[in-house]
Amino acid sequence: MSFDVQKIREDFPILHRQVNGYPLVYLDNAATSQKPQAVIDCIVDYYSLYNANIHRGVHTLSQEATDAYEKARRKIQQHFHIALPEEVIFTSGTTHGINLVANGFASILKKGDEVLVSALEHHSNIVPWQMLCERTGASLKVIPMNESGELRMDHYDTLLTPKTQLVFVNHVSNALGTINPIEEIIEKAHAMNAAVLIDGAQSCAHIRPDLQKLNVDFYVTSAHKMCGPTGVGMLYGKKEWLEKLPPYQGGGEMIKEVTFEKTTYAELPHKFEAGTPNICGGIAFGAAIDYLNEIGFETIANYEDSLLIYATQRLLEIEGLKIYGTSKNKTAVISFNLEGIHPYDVGTIVDKLGIAVRTGHHCAQPIMDFYNIPGTVRASFSFYNTKEEVDRLTEAVQRAKSMLS
Amino acid sequence: MSIASLQEELIEEFSLFDDWMDKYEHLIELGKSLPLIDPALKSEDKLIKGCQSKVWLNAELKDNDIVFTADSDAIITKGIIAVLIRVFSNQKPEEIIKADMNFIDEIGLKEHLSPTRANGLVSMIKQMKLYAVAFQAQLKN
Repeated sequence: MSFDVQKIREDFPILHRQVNGYPLVYLDNAATSQKPQAVIDCIVDYYSLYNANIHRGVHTLSQEATDAYEKARRKIQQHFHIALPEEVIFTSGTTHGINLVANGFASILKKGDEVLVSALEHHSNIVPWQMLCERTGASLKVIPMNESGELRMDHYDTLLTPKTQLVFVNHVSNALGTINPIEEIIEKAHAMNAAVLIDGAQSCAHIRPDLQKLNVDFYVTSAHKMCGPTGVGMLYGKKEWLEKLPPYQGGGEMIKEVTFEKTTYAELPHKFEAGTPNICGGIAFGAAIDYLNEIGFETIANYEDSLLIYATQRLLEIEGLKIYGTSKNKTAVISFNLEGIHPYDVGTIVDKLGIAVRTGHHCAQPIMDFYNIPGTVRASFSFYNTKEEVDRLTEAVQRAKSMLS
Repeated sequence: MSIASLQEELIEEFSLFDDWMDKYEHLIELGKSLPLIDPALKSEDKLIKGCQSKVWLNAELKDNDIVFTADSDAIITKGIIAVLIRVFSNQKPEEIIKADMNFIDEIGLKEHLSPTRANGLVSMIKQMKLYAVAFQAQLKN
């Protein structure tokens, strides 16, 4: 299928607005993606036609809402190639999923155990494990990275020991875009009987993973990174793991029977879904998955790769521009600085020219410390971006450079 | 000059530029001309942390007036610091405490002083006012 980006852009109403007098160029897709009309319509339809609480009402609306929500769960199951629908837990997002697993492991880990995280992690994937280690007396070890922003797998081999209980790695780094070798990470961890959690927040919009084939123990992601709404995400856990972990929150939905003496917990997935969930968000998550699959992940990846190559070429034409994260294996993310110029200043000027990029440490301070920089300017691309937009970015950065130096 | 008239002067100065580019170029010039801070003062205790850029602020009392010196690692932030120092440095503590901040809006730099911008400037203004309160108490004793 040929890919017509102009036609795709018609699906995204926000791409037609102006910012500071210029047509918007949205290059902050790693922070959140924009939403196609199909997802917006799904949200409007839900609240206009069948809003009701789910799983308990006998009335028609409740049944319709429950059906739609459970259908979305099955869409997620199919999309990520998960064996059972009850292995899909709806969460409020990636951070919620990570905390749910970390909390569960508090009852499993003991003093002397080790937890491995990668040096490429987002703060949300560092802090919960630090808290977990403080609670349990386990220690946190870090898989270091090299100058190109790739994990040092030779160090991973030595860090991985029989003491290792858990390994947590993001599939793609949010700050640099590096795609980590998760197949190898999972296989080696399993050889040591350690469990693995993969954070898919930065990869899910670009790479469709086969979770059964990966044989991963846990996988978390957020809908809003892949054209869905904010406030909803998913946790995949192998059934045997989810049965082993204690519930994270108490409340409605997660119980089977309650007396003052004892409560028995509901079956999976409800054990981990206390309270009224983000029903509309869950259904719209399903609509976003449908939308992306209609385009096709291969088509998306090929197109984004061509944008990455073009943008890298164009930006490197600017003298004094340095790109951080130069792995051959990366998604369409370019983190860069202009020599002697603070990223905040560059971000401010390009915003004035209608271009949305992210500046700062991208919630990954350890990476910035590694390069000894205060932060970077990060342009992250999606399939609805164009080469013309790359040109606009390049011109804007040029202009910022001449104003600021 | 009083705080109010310094503010008026700045509003007038910035009104000469209709184009945002010229306004920012002027701001960048102001940032570059900000007197260098004594490197010894760029210490951890003078640092106001922002997620996006860092600000160092020092205050001293000189003949009952507060003298502020400051620096930032980002030049646009430094330009705004230069504006703030021009207004607040060499002023009496009580004048600083009661000073209105609306002039930043009128200059057209409001977006930089949004609490969510995380560039350290909002905390810097707060810190300037806190210094004024502290020095005022000191002077009364």
